[in-house]
Amino acid sequence: MIPFEYAKAKSETEALERGADPRAAFVAGGTTLIDLMKLRVMLPAALVDINQLPLNEIQLLPDGGVRIGALVRNSDLAHHDAVAKRFPLLSQALLSGASPQLRNMATVGGNLMQRTRCYYFRDTTYACNKRQPGSGCAAIDGFNRIHAVLGGSDHCIATHPSDMAVALVALDAVVHIKGPGGERKVAAGEFHLLPGKTPHLETVVEPGELITSVTIPSSPFAGHSAYVKLRDRASYEFALASAGAALELKDNRIYSARLVLGGVATKPWRSSEAERVLTGATAGEKTFHAAAEAAMQSATPRRYNSFKIELAKRAIVRALDNATQAQPGRQV
Amino acid sequence: MTRKELDPPNFQQMTAGASNVAVYPHEEFRHAAAVALASGGITRAVTLKVNGPARQLDVDTRATLLDTLREQLMLFGTKKGCDHGQCGACTVHVNGRRINSCLTLAVMHDGDEITTIEGLAAGDELHPMQAAFVERDAFQCGYCTPGQIMSATALLKEPCGPSEEDIRECMSGNICRCGAYPHIVEAVKSQRAPAK
Repeated sequence: MIPFEYAKAKSETEALERGADPRAAFVAGGTTLIDLMKLRVMLPAALVDINQLPLNEIQLLPDGGVRIGALVRNSDLAHHDAVAKRFPLLSQALLSGASPQLRNMATVGGNLMQRTRCYYFRDTTYACNKRQPGSGCAAIDGFNRIHAVLGGSDHCIATHPSDMAVALVALDAVVHIKGPGGERKVAAGEFHLLPGKTPHLETVVEPGELITSVTIPSSPFAGHSAYVKLRDRASYEFALASAGAALELKDNRIYSARLVLGGVATKPWRSSEAERVLTGATAGEKTFHAAAEAAMQSATPRRYNSFKIELAKRAIVRALDNATQAQPGRQV
Repeated sequence: MTRKELDPPNFQQMTAGASNVAVYPHEEFRHAAAVALASGGITRAVTLKVNGPARQLDVDTRATLLDTLREQLMLFGTKKGCDHGQCGACTVHVNGRRINSCLTLAVMHDGDEITTIEGLAAGDELHPMQAAFVERDAFQCGYCTPGQIMSATALLKEPCGPSEEDIRECMSGNICRCGAYPHIVEAVKSQRAPAK
């Protein structure tokens, strides 16, 4: 790591003041930042520790939704009784990620901001348009087994690794951001950016801005929801393909649906193609397979990751099946 | 702060005053501050309550909790397996919660209570989980073992389902190259309260 100054912010105001320094980065759990600083991929010359900010509450809202402070640890969120009952998809997604130790450290805000696991991004000896715009993409003609089949460009095919973000997009979550210009909110589905020609720009967060909370509204599809994650190992591994499914079901008919993919795209991938197939259809194998086909129709296989297309379809079908079987939790 | 941070290696060993963490009482490395300055590092004072006593240290801001425990406090029980949060060998408890000490900085833990493997036993009396690992032959080379035991003891206070599969999942953050998993699971099982 390069030498850096360190300060612990005692208030949001102080955090924003210190965050205005262009050399500064916020640190919460540190599980992405410290990892990448050791690899010299991220080189902030000043760290602003935000762990003491009062942003670690989970507030159940009277309309059935929930407000989650940005500093809530992944493990606390996953094991929160009411969250697990109202939004099983979110709890399942969180528990499928990382390890218990990492889940104890990682925060909601940090999880949204985590960076790709692309080998070339993480190794500064390789060309990477994310790290150095214009330098090229070593993955496109390299070993791209873990890379994206959806949402890529000629400049970047790096997969977004978050499970939690997939669930938040599926649940119509809203991310609340505070900056020197004031407060704003962004739909979870619009929080992450496609790489396009600017892969170095990954989220809508501007330098110096702070995620303060995430709100999830109550919805008719949150109860029948499930997350399926497929990967090389049974645990403690990023997804090769994952699917978050949520269905509004009545007498086996699907009234509304959400289908979001992880591990296969450059950002959490909401499939409106799949949702169109699902809406109004009867829940069952035939519908689920049709939805899976629609979801992966526009996928672009790379040399080493074409298996992801079939794998994603199977994850989708399994997630839809699990979502159908789920017993919606009683209202807490 | 480790030798890795130096270019060229250039540290001086200074004998310390009496240490009340009696692991290696004859010597405590306090070179970290001198070393940090030599390599351009910025130091901060931090107080860590390690296995009980509060220790005041000067640390390079870059020093991870793991490196600080091992190289400044001479508590070598916590291991560096991957240094990137991918193996769990560095697992310690901070304020009662298990974390990977390689992915957090010492400066981030001013005033925190830290428990390492050295802090589990009461003098010569092994912690029941340590005893369980010995009795059930739950290690071979022993390198992952401190992290396994720190995870296992923390697991007892976390939500974790009743089955063996649940134990495996809750222990999945600790990798063992020797493959001692079956006996590790037995050891953890032996310490769990019977299901209600």
